[in-house]
Amino acid sequence: MAEQHTPILPAFFPGGIEPEEHKELTSESPIRRLPVPDVLHVPLKQHIGNPAQALVKAGDHVRKGDVIGKPEGFVSAPVHAPTSGTVTAIEDYPAPHPSGLNGPTVHLEADGRDEWTELDPRPDFHKLGPAGIRGRIRQAGLVGMGGAGFPTFVKLNPGPDRAVDTIILNGGESEPYLTCDDRLMRERPKEILHGASIIGYTVGAKRIVVAIEANKWQAISAMLGASVGWPQIEVVAVENRYPMGAEKQLILSVTGREVPSGRLPADVGVLNQNVGTAYATYRAIVLGEPLIERVVTVSGEAIREPANLEVRFGTPIETIAAACGGYADLGRLIMGGPFVGSALHNTDPPMVKETNGLIFHARSQVPNEPVMPCIRCGACVEACPVSLVPNEMYHLARNKEFERVQDYDLFDCIECGCCAWVCPSNLPLVHYYRYAKSEIQAKERQKEVADIARRRTEARDARLRREKEEKEAKRRAKKKQTDAAKAESDTTDPREEAARKAADKRRRMRGKSPQSSDDGNDAEEGDAEGPGTAATSDESNQR
Amino acid sequence: MWAAILILGGLSLAIGLFLAFASRKLAVEKDPLVEEIDARLPQTQCAQCGYPGCNPYAEAIARGEAEINRCPPGGQETVESLAELLGVEPPSLEGEERPPSVAIIEEDKCIGCTLCIQACPVDAIVGAPKQMHTVIEDACTGCELCLEPCPVDCIYMEPIPETLENWRWRHPEKQEAIRDEASQKVVTAGG
Repeated sequence: MAEQHTPILPAFFPGGIEPEEHKELTSESPIRRLPVPDVLHVPLKQHIGNPAQALVKAGDHVRKGDVIGKPEGFVSAPVHAPTSGTVTAIEDYPAPHPSGLNGPTVHLEADGRDEWTELDPRPDFHKLGPAGIRGRIRQAGLVGMGGAGFPTFVKLNPGPDRAVDTIILNGGESEPYLTCDDRLMRERPKEILHGASIIGYTVGAKRIVVAIEANKWQAISAMLGASVGWPQIEVVAVENRYPMGAEKQLILSVTGREVPSGRLPADVGVLNQNVGTAYATYRAIVLGEPLIERVVTVSGEAIREPANLEVRFGTPIETIAAACGGYADLGRLIMGGPFVGSALHNTDPPMVKETNGLIFHARSQVPNEPVMPCIRCGACVEACPVSLVPNEMYHLARNKEFERVQDYDLFDCIECGCCAWVCPSNLPLVHYYRYAKSEIQAKERQKEVADIARRRTEARDARLRREKEEKEAKRRAKKKQTDAAKAESDTTDPREEAARKAADKRRRMRGKSPQSSDDGNDAEEGDAEGPGTAATSDESNQR
Repeated sequence: MWAAILILGGLSLAIGLFLAFASRKLAVEKDPLVEEIDARLPQTQCAQCGYPGCNPYAEAIARGEAEINRCPPGGQETVESLAELLGVEPPSLEGEERPPSVAIIEEDKCIGCTLCIQACPVDAIVGAPKQMHTVIEDACTGCELCLEPCPVDCIYMEPIPETLENWRWRHPEKQEAIRDEASQKVVTAGG
């Protein structure tokens, strides 16, 4: 039921921070569509999981919405052509990734017509059934739009032993600078709720709660207005406290249910979806459009005209910046929010499905105070919304104590950055946790590879042993036979015996010449007994 | 007193028999220490340690015959891990650490002699006599044992490139050092 008044639900999680919001830079700038650039660089990996496999080749003509990359494995997502045009190459190109490395990318030259492929809109989504909707959401390439980029259809299939009763539509957007979800809720609330109702139908949830931070009152009133006529949808305001938009923290504050360590929200009957994902769901099902664009907040002190833009994937960040009047005095470029996002090396990479923000920090905004030793003041412990002990984790990660740091539940860390924000010594704490996590994951991968090698070498040893035994047995059988023949020959004419011996000798001489090894002559078996021939017989066995 | 002696004597006899029986029946086939050591070795099977593979090297370490610093593919990290397991001071690594690599066969040069197939300790090369051979890169441990037997020198090692999938975050302090160095270079260049 749409409520008449919206009480503010307080933050139930411990810690958290209230940084300066800087949202005023873009909160009043309506979503503007960026014209399709002439050249697009569409990465084949725009999500968590395996990169997609290219389905097109240089010279192919594609229409907007054609699949150009097919998903590889279960946790993966297809990639679609963001506009119509010609594929110029499939080559590596700088990826929007903190490493600055290149990734496989489809390069597309737009033809300017921007024409859709055949779409299959299904406003009567009930007829598709839950499995049909999940399939279409997968085909449309939907991933979490809140910044993590996890394939949506996987989340929509919690499995038979988990019943989801509540969907939380995450309009928290608690990170500074970001306003893309705010604008989307203010401008397209009906579409978002339509998408949410499709998600609710798919997982069989009775209740849909739209949770919005209290500072976004226009979004709250827009969503409240739109929710009239959807009896299962509630709109609630939540306290203004970072990291309210984090999945487990929001679930706790809205429903009072705590998601246990290492478990999923579905384990407590909740599904959390970003409002942008709900909007993309509406477009994928009701309009039949695959995911080819999204709203991104372009902000920061270094950009001349901060804005909210609707941008096609594959548009280079440089092009986006140019559409916002360019930048000056750039100190650091961040993709995502300033807390959980990651710094990019330059403006070459394209924007992708998970790009909710592009923050151009001015040089003066980049912290340059010296990093000092940890004084164990405990400020980070108080700020941690997951009740971890950040200072201990820091010491262990720094000293590469990767086993012990896991005893401090490193993998429960959501990398929200509250600890680093309050740290009086300016320690880059989250960087240490990311470092430790990636080292531990790399070690696990190495171990898997080593286990495979061990199994393969054991299998090989076993095979060699077996072959040797078989050969030995054959040799013994052969010897028995010749002994028996000899015993028999003792009784015959000695002249006959001499003739057979001479024939044997001749045959053996022939056996020694290299070309005759494929004679299939029985006499060769006897040669294997001679010294230095073990390797040769091994080889013939290989053949 | 006799009762006590009888009871205790009887008990120890019974327990002794039971233990003797248990040690026969429940004997551990593999030495658990060997397995623990083997688990910490990189399983490259390269024989650079002087033993024909990782497991034989693990057995030699367990018998106390081999030093623990003879595994270059494992690097200093493996030396330290073994030292921790065995409770000794970690010696420094013998031999040089090399970046992880895979073997690549130049397929147009390959004559199909199968010698590399026989040399590969993990069966990571496929091919047939007088047919081209190729390396299963995912299974290759980078041991380099196939280089030597090749009569036409068509196998070379290639370091595994850093990709988006295997990239790791750097230690923050190392990164700082790199950045400082870079900025220093800029300063010197400017000066």
